[in-house]
Amino acid sequence: MEQVIVNGVYLGSQYAMIALGLTLIFALMNVLNFAHGQMYVIGGFVTYTFYGQFGLPFVLALLMSCVTLAVLGALIEKFLFGPVIRRSAREESTMLLAAGIAFLLDALILLVFGEKQRGVPKIVDGVFNWDFRIIIPYDRVLICVLAILSIVAFISFMQFTRTGRALRAIAQDRVAAELMGVNVNRYSMIGFALGAMLAGLVGGLLVTITGVNLGMGGPTSIKAFMMVMIGGAGVISGAILGGFILGMLEAVGLAVLFQYGDITYLAIFVALMIFLAIRPQGLMGKPWG
Amino acid sequence: MKRRNMLMTLTAALAVSVTQGTAALAQNPVLKIGFVGVTSGPAAAWGISNQRSMETRAAWINETGGYTIGDVTYDIEIVSFDDQKDPKRAIAGMERMAQEGIHYVVGPNVDDGAAAVRPVAEANGIIYFPYAFPKALYTAPASNAVLGMVANYQSGPAIYKYLMEDRGVGTVAFIAANESDPLSQRDSGREAAEALGLEVVSANVTYQVDTTDFTPVLTPVIRTNPDLLVLSGVTPANAPQLIRSARELGFQGLISTETAQDAQVLRESAGDLANGFISVGGASTPEIASDAMNEFVARYTEMFGEYNDESNTKVYALEYILATIAANPAAIDDVEVFKQTIDTFEAPNPYMKGDAMMRYVGVSSFGQRRQIAVPLVVNVFQDGEFETLFVAEVD
Repeated sequence: MEQVIVNGVYLGSQYAMIALGLTLIFALMNVLNFAHGQMYVIGGFVTYTFYGQFGLPFVLALLMSCVTLAVLGALIEKFLFGPVIRRSAREESTMLLAAGIAFLLDALILLVFGEKQRGVPKIVDGVFNWDFRIIIPYDRVLICVLAILSIVAFISFMQFTRTGRALRAIAQDRVAAELMGVNVNRYSMIGFALGAMLAGLVGGLLVTITGVNLGMGGPTSIKAFMMVMIGGAGVISGAILGGFILGMLEAVGLAVLFQYGDITYLAIFVALMIFLAIRPQGLMGKPWG
Repeated sequence: MKRRNMLMTLTAALAVSVTQGTAALAQNPVLKIGFVGVTSGPAAAWGISNQRSMETRAAWINETGGYTIGDVTYDIEIVSFDDQKDPKRAIAGMERMAQEGIHYVVGPNVDDGAAAVRPVAEANGIIYFPYAFPKALYTAPASNAVLGMVANYQSGPAIYKYLMEDRGVGTVAFIAANESDPLSQRDSGREAAEALGLEVVSANVTYQVDTTDFTPVLTPVIRTNPDLLVLSGVTPANAPQLIRSARELGFQGLISTETAQDAQVLRESAGDLANGFISVGGASTPEIASDAMNEFVARYTEMFGEYNDESNTKVYALEYILATIAANPAAIDDVEVFKQTIDTFEAPNPYMKGDAMMRYVGVSSFGQRRQIAVPLVVNVFQDGEFETLFVAEVD
């Protein structure tokens, strides 16, 4: 039982971080960013390159992941999503654009980083073993703590900074925010860059545990959408809650259902369908959007 | 106006480059060989190593004047199609090969894709070389598929027997991804282990193919404390993560798989934790690699930046196709002649030291020769490199 809780908290913290960036972009721009998983993968590859290949300190490599993805996110918003949103009132335009960007990034990742699984040296050696009741490697503990600290830092940024307040204002009511003098185009770009940066940060953190490969993007996006749907689309606290719920469900399912084969996600998907039929706006979302 | 001029210039440049390219290829007639397999998504490494092996060998052949079949010397052109591991796309890929008049295709890489393309291949006179294990593909009345590697039901028993006799293994646990290939490999591995007298302590645990953290998945398996943990049908992407998680959970026993792996991937993602990991490889370990194999590795590395150890096995399919057609040139556009030639074909194996031969095998497993004689090389990973544990042959 103790092991299940530890696994759930660990999985939940990384899932919450993945979902945060996605829900931020959705809240600001009403864009379902199907390329979020690919951004996560690029973050992992950038850290791999600087830490694993060039031998730079891990923190510096992580910073490079954040900067790279922030710049990439800003460019994507400025030259792709921004113009499309201004010219098209149809939501499917941005969805198609996001899907196209996902395919493009997949192709670029293959060209630049190759098809192989990549990994980096462990940042901390050793395994915590409490009488075989709880077994967790120290690097997972460290990543879990860093993920939780990052979430706290992000929430603080959104709550207590001028930029954070502007982003929250746009998320609540884009027109009202504009009327109050918020430069919505500029802050939309900043928000998209921030969302992409979060994807890069978690990709960089997790490459030390899971490694990274070309095919991780799509499944990561699907899980991120599940978390956002559980918590409520566009709600920051909902994404965090959704991440921890999914992590805990996965840990419990794998511990309890293993003798029946791989049915954990089958059970989770069935539960999610029932849940959405009852509460389509998610736990913390508003029925009106 | 400026834009129009630029467009015309670009069109002209493109036309010139195409003409030059065609002229370069047109020195010899071109023999097209197809590849239909997965070159994108999580299993991309499998298909890309196929495709790049073929492209490397084709470039090598073309650079050295072409491949002589009968009285004609051909340049080799590889026509590739990414099936995205989707049987529907594999069918589309094989149909495209038929439209291009191609009679010899390497791939697909997985069971369902290989089964799906069978009707298209048989209807259009195509011989194909899948990397998939279902016996129905290679057993009569099927006759157009030739297995391109050693199947797990051939390598598994050899590995288990060796480990029982040499390392005293008595109990075994299996873990597999929840997909058709790994699951069928797990089932046949379990049968083979039980037939040899091993006690199977766990075989129900499976994982999603996109799993990235295996600690929760492996925890119940490790609690059964097996002597040997078999990673059935594991992809090169998942293998190091599984090994790492198993060792971090305190597993002290042996770990093996019957699929080919890549030393660099293991080195980077699992490091010393992968020491002792047993897998099936090809023919490029220093003990058995010939000069031709070493040159192939060098050329591959030069073309694509880095080598993939999976190509140790995948270098063979194109070589077999060309050598078999050369043995009977009428087979170049008549696969029935190719099938007849298979039964008697024999040629020196250029990629192994000594007097190893290329020939078709599979009589024991399929009742007919529908498998290429790739050496069954069992490797152990040690300090960043593969070392050959033992070499065997499949009949």
